[in-house]
Amino acid sequence: MSALLQVKNLRVSFDAGGAQIWRRKSIHGVADVSFKIAAGETYAIVGESGCGKTTLLRAIAGLFPASGGSVKFMDKEIIGISPAEYRPLRKEIAVMFQDPVGSLSPRCTVQSLLAEPYIINRMHDVDLRHEVERLLDMVGLHSKLSARYPHELSGGQARRVGVARALALSPKLILADEPTAGLDVSVQGELLNLLNELQEKLGLAMMLITHNLNVIRHVADRMGIMYLGRLVEEGDTQSIFSHSRHPYTRCLLSANSSSEMDASGQRIALHGEPPGIATRPHGCEFRQRCPFADEKLCAQTPTWLTDDQQHGVRCLKPLTAIEKL
Amino acid sequence: MKNENILDISQFSLQYDSVEALRNVSFSVGKGEIVGVVGQSGCGKSSLVNSILRLLPNVAQTQGEILFNRQNLYDNTELAMRRLRGVDISVIFQDPLRALNPVLSIGKQMTDIQYRDNISRAEKQKNAVDMLRQVEIPEPELKLKQYPNQLSGGMLQRVAIAMALMLRPQLLIADEPTTALDATLEVQIIQIIKQLQHNYGCSVLLISHHLGLISEMCQKVAVMYAGEVVEFGHLPDVFVNPRHPYTRRMLECDPARIKHTMRRLPTIAGDIPDLSNLPTGCAFAPRCDSMLPQCTLKPPPMCDGERGHKVSCWLSEAKNERVTAS
Repeated sequence: MSALLQVKNLRVSFDAGGAQIWRRKSIHGVADVSFKIAAGETYAIVGESGCGKTTLLRAIAGLFPASGGSVKFMDKEIIGISPAEYRPLRKEIAVMFQDPVGSLSPRCTVQSLLAEPYIINRMHDVDLRHEVERLLDMVGLHSKLSARYPHELSGGQARRVGVARALALSPKLILADEPTAGLDVSVQGELLNLLNELQEKLGLAMMLITHNLNVIRHVADRMGIMYLGRLVEEGDTQSIFSHSRHPYTRCLLSANSSSEMDASGQRIALHGEPPGIATRPHGCEFRQRCPFADEKLCAQTPTWLTDDQQHGVRCLKPLTAIEKL
Repeated sequence: MKNENILDISQFSLQYDSVEALRNVSFSVGKGEIVGVVGQSGCGKSSLVNSILRLLPNVAQTQGEILFNRQNLYDNTELAMRRLRGVDISVIFQDPLRALNPVLSIGKQMTDIQYRDNISRAEKQKNAVDMLRQVEIPEPELKLKQYPNQLSGGMLQRVAIAMALMLRPQLLIADEPTTALDATLEVQIIQIIKQLQHNYGCSVLLISHHLGLISEMCQKVAVMYAGEVVEFGHLPDVFVNPRHPYTRRMLECDPARIKHTMRRLPTIAGDIPDLSNLPTGCAFAPRCDSMLPQCTLKPPPMCDGERGHKVSCWLSEAKNERVTAS
């Protein structure tokens, strides 16, 4: 099966300054990330704040230059192409940004915000008024909202406008950056159901960045866990939830809280701060915080190990199912 | 019982022109208690915070009272309020980056808030270092020289907690303290707040959408819907045996509670009512799945259950439970 989006060894570097131009240092915000998203699939990415999730998304969306690796969308290389070459692809790859109100221009009404994608892409033959109504209806908003400005919308409504905008040109891939952060459970459910419904109807693929593990468990087909700009584990959502192999994933999953009274469970609190991408430790980058680290073994650089079910892990001492925390 | 409460809100209403942001809100926070407030976005959680701090715009009209240490905050002068804010009542805001001043160093901001104390600058600095150490920030002396943009989100939230607790408030209001953070940081922040709350014995009002967080932290919980507190009680009573249909539906919608993976998540059909044009009866009636005929006609009474469990619902009333003033 050929993948819709194929990311291979993607690297994004930032200039870290330095006094002299020939001694400039660069730091890697995203380092050697590889994964695939098939058509109609939902791929989730989790990780600490600041681990490079949003940078990864921006690099794929062509909003931030990558410094190496390749991203293929429908077998077409999109790293290193010019903005003009990227432009036709923007119809196919839509982005939903993290801050719903902030991503909408405060000076435009919902009507003009939703008509914008058509105007930018010079689709003069569409009936804009009709199209806007169709979009609002699709995301379950009343058509009288089209005259409102972003500040007049609630958080949930602004999110939906964001979804409608992303869906306007019927893309093949949606990159969603924390689409449900700050929403309450019912609105969150509505939004995810909406995305899911549209996914079934239009066959779109989705890359979902979120902190909410409970959401991932329900909606994602596959997931990747990032730590310090690298993927440390990747695989089937079910397989990761049932037998995670990287210690960081274990910690993350154990931190998942529930409103049920009995589900206190075993918590492993991570100590210390992530080392920071500017000062990456040698060997395994997680070893200083890892509850299972082995001094000698983990000083080597871990490689990517894959088992037969496409469940990969970057660890020198992958956990087995029986190992308790 | 009444005199042990640090915060007593009774029949409090807040109105902006025609918008009824809060209606007859009543609940209390005891000394040393952690009380959670949950509800949909736009249901008045933040209005409640602003009302407690009296940070309301001039057009706001209020009714009822908010007692802090048995003193009605709405009888205070503005000067008295200023003496209260930050010292006796302090807040941790949702977004730590926006709560801190980007052009002042952490150290400057942490010494500035001690302006009321008549001690030397060196001592204030020392207090700040102590406080940062308590929230488990490594190298606190170095951090004092840094600016907010140099710290990560988790660090900043810890700085915000340190600043909020610096003056040993009697009441700490935490307005969605972990929304901007990931799961592992959330655990750290919760543990810090819990630990410090235990050490200082302050009361906490925790506002969050995150039901897991509430169930882990709080002793009591108030469930809000469209500007009203629809259910209030001890956490096990409310989360295990919810009596208001909204609370029940909300808990059912929590993806963490659903054991089997399912693509379609449950939701509560319908929208929250327009606060400027509320239905005559119960505000939840149009979305309720167990509606009675009287629900659309008259607002429901507040029913008292066991152990101070309060529900504002006709269903509870119909089950012959004791009715107090509505």
